Amino acid sequence: MDFLTSIWEWLHEYVQYTIFSGVKSLTILLPLFIIVAYYTYAERKVIGYMQTRKGPNRVGPKGLFQPFADMFKLMFKEIIIPTNSNRYLFIIAPVITFAPAMAAWAVIPFNDTLVFSNINAGLLYILAMTSLGVYGVIIAGWASNSKYALLGAMRSAAQIVAYEIAMGFALVGVLMVAGSLNLGEIVGQQAGGISRWFFIPLLPLFFVYLISGVAETNRAPFDVAEGESEIVAGFHVEYSGMTFAVFFLAEYANMILIAMLCSLMFFGGWLSPVPELVDDSIGWLFGKTAVFMLLFLWFRATFPRYRYDQIMRLGWKVLLPVTILWLVVEGVAVYFEIGPWFA
Amino acid sequence: MFAKINYYLKSFLFLELLKGMNVTGRYFFRKSTTVQYPEEKTPISPRFRGLHALRRYANGEERCIACKLCEAVCPALAITIESEQRADGTRRTTRYDIDLFKCIYCGFCEEACPVDSIVETNIFEYHFENRGENIMTKEKLLEIGDRYEAQLAADRSADARYR
Repeated sequence: MDFLTSIWEWLHEYVQYTIFSGVKSLTILLPLFIIVAYYTYAERKVIGYMQTRKGPNRVGPKGLFQPFADMFKLMFKEIIIPTNSNRYLFIIAPVITFAPAMAAWAVIPFNDTLVFSNINAGLLYILAMTSLGVYGVIIAGWASNSKYALLGAMRSAAQIVAYEIAMGFALVGVLMVAGSLNLGEIVGQQAGGISRWFFIPLLPLFFVYLISGVAETNRAPFDVAEGESEIVAGFHVEYSGMTFAVFFLAEYANMILIAMLCSLMFFGGWLSPVPELVDDSIGWLFGKTAVFMLLFLWFRATFPRYRYDQIMRLGWKVLLPVTILWLVVEGVAVYFEIGPWFA
Repeated sequence: MFAKINYYLKSFLFLELLKGMNVTGRYFFRKSTTVQYPEEKTPISPRFRGLHALRRYANGEERCIACKLCEAVCPALAITIESEQRADGTRRTTRYDIDLFKCIYCGFCEEACPVDSIVETNIFEYHFENRGENIMTKEKLLEIGDRYEAQLAADRSADARYR
């Protein structure tokens, strides 16, 4: 043990810092991977039961090892690179999608002290990272040199542009009530029971955020970028094996991220709804996140895919005006310090 | 005017979306209708048309009289029959082949047969491992018929009043 500590002290300060943050990020990412694996399992189970099927139940008890079976299958599959594709961009596109999806987790606070990096521009950072993911999709679609992939990428690009704005405006609403971009402080502002949570004054913005979050992650009913019945698999038709798995991982990590952001920004994160009776704990955050994660699956089991022009109409002509209108209402409320939330 | 307000109210309160989610939410708690296939099986009708078989009479004589009606009726031309006259003067087949790759399991051969000789059993789980195994020869067909005679007779008598 002394030997190990002496090695540790012998290392340069920067090396120590790198190792320390590496370990810290692994403590976030490894559980995240496990959750993603079981989220795919949960998705197949939940949708299965909603269609009066059973879902996967063959691999291990109740099919619990199914995600690992899928993972090993994907790992051992060949990565096929189309001959006429741009092979460098083709390989790097999944990484571009994957990296921001992971990086965004850096500023997520799990309780008032447990946060990887407590930066003050947390909300801005999240917005930047979740928007970067679409570049991977666009590059993947273009580099594949396939008509379906290109169509999927174009659809995705247009959709992200439309919904990014509504999403950004919804976050501006949160920012106006909380008066801070730091996610920890945003949660802190909601202390004092369920009546103080931001979803009450910001109900329309919450719905806008949830809808554009679903659109942002390319999930049903906004999965036109993938649109398997129309354009095969959209931007990732040409991807196989691990390159496909990385896209998959990024999509699910993004879904969990959106679910967690919803619970942090609108539902008080780790705060208990009745602080007089139950203590605040990280369990509240995970519980709230799980509810939103279930909503994603529920949406997919229920709603048919939006037609492309309807997506554009909803984004530009419904969500955007609603957010702007509510920002005006909120601005007035903040200026005159109305109600318990804007004081 | 009123209809328009109603429309906006409906869409902004997500009424129709909630209705849809209510349906899927209710079905989530329904009992699943899945049949866990290798362990559980669905009931099979006596008219099921699976693998073919040639039957015999109780005294062990094969039923087939080489009338070739099944060969004639077969829409996929899957049946090939050759026949000869036996020493006792009866006509019997020397060759009775069914190509299972050609066969469409329509059951016409079974219907055409005047002596209930060629029948389709309720066996549907079978496979081939080598080329040529898809040709069911007379020997193989008779063997299947001998093995499943009890089942075949039961199925035929269950369906007899409808024939």
